[in-house]
Amino acid sequence: MYTLIAGGGKAGANVMRTLLRLGHEVTLIEQRRDRSASLEEEFEHQVQLGDATEIHVLERAGIERPPDLVLALTGDDEDNMVICQIATDGYAAPKVIARVNDPRNQAHFDLLGISSTVSATASILALVQHEVPHELVHLLELRKENLEIVEIEIDEGSPCAGKRVEGLELPEGSRLISVMRDGQAEIAVGSTQLRPGDQVLAILQPGKEDELLRVLLKR
Amino acid sequence: MKAIVVGCGRVGSAVALELDGEGWDVTAIDEQEVALDRLGEDWRGAFVVGHGMDTEVLRRAGIEEADAVVVATNGDNTNIVVAQVAKKRFDVQCVVTRILDPARARFYDERGLKTVCPTSTAIEVLTDTVRSCALPGQQGEV
Repeated sequence: MYTLIAGGGKAGANVMRTLLRLGHEVTLIEQRRDRSASLEEEFEHQVQLGDATEIHVLERAGIERPPDLVLALTGDDEDNMVICQIATDGYAAPKVIARVNDPRNQAHFDLLGISSTVSATASILALVQHEVPHELVHLLELRKENLEIVEIEIDEGSPCAGKRVEGLELPEGSRLISVMRDGQAEIAVGSTQLRPGDQVLAILQPGKEDELLRVLLKR
Repeated sequence: MKAIVVGCGRVGSAVALELDGEGWDVTAIDEQEVALDRLGEDWRGAFVVGHGMDTEVLRRAGIEEADAVVVATNGDNTNIVVAQVAKKRFDVQCVVTRILDPARARFYDERGLKTVCPTSTAIEVLTDTVRSCALPGQQGEV
């Protein structure tokens, strides 16, 4: 398998190391001269100095073949988006994966049809949210399906406490999945009664969070 | 008519002033507040401090009502992304982008972005100027 990696930071260098160990062919493009020089000591000719958003640099690295996998792992989100677009639209690369540095740019990646993205910052934020008292945590985004799964904690003041699921006027495009109580999870059905302290999983269309919170927590 | 100019450097500020002078309702966006100085005292439009990649900044500049967006920051890739956001997300009718790298400009031009590449223009004009110079000894060959 031939992989082209743009960006030789910690992510790029480690992925390269792993792929080489597995016996794959890899080329890495790094634009910083100092970084590229030290990578060259380890990876020799498999490292190329240059700006991976420049088409001639990509061509020199074999984008025309095209690579089986293109990884856009630079520290600039706009660069990663452009690399993915050139690889996909220009050279029909079958698979691209992009790193999202600033989670606020996720929407731009989605807009441009770059569906395989990884964001370390977003992962850390999700973990932090779990650790602090929370009303609502995003657990999973199903981007292609335009759905997401969230967790909501029912408290004493919640208007839904004591009510059955079938008696709630949930917003359109949302549904409760399960209720976690005293360490036990059960599937939410119409007759499930909600209580303070319950952790509820819900599936909904992105953007319906506030409506759902209003129904469940009156926020 | 409302226009937004993203990137208020030498090019962006001049475009903003031209449009402002022609009666457009113009909002300029730049990361640096000092960029406002480039617009001078007669500037009637608005100015928003922020990055063009930030959707909130674009909203504050009124992109939802904009008829035209000019993208001219000093980063080619920033311009490419902001232009596509303006077009695809906010449905702005007229979006024009400056891209300095001729290869990337051509790539995105072929894919429907209106691009302006000052580098290509400079190359053409410089070459044509040399061609048109009436140099002694060259006349017979041309």
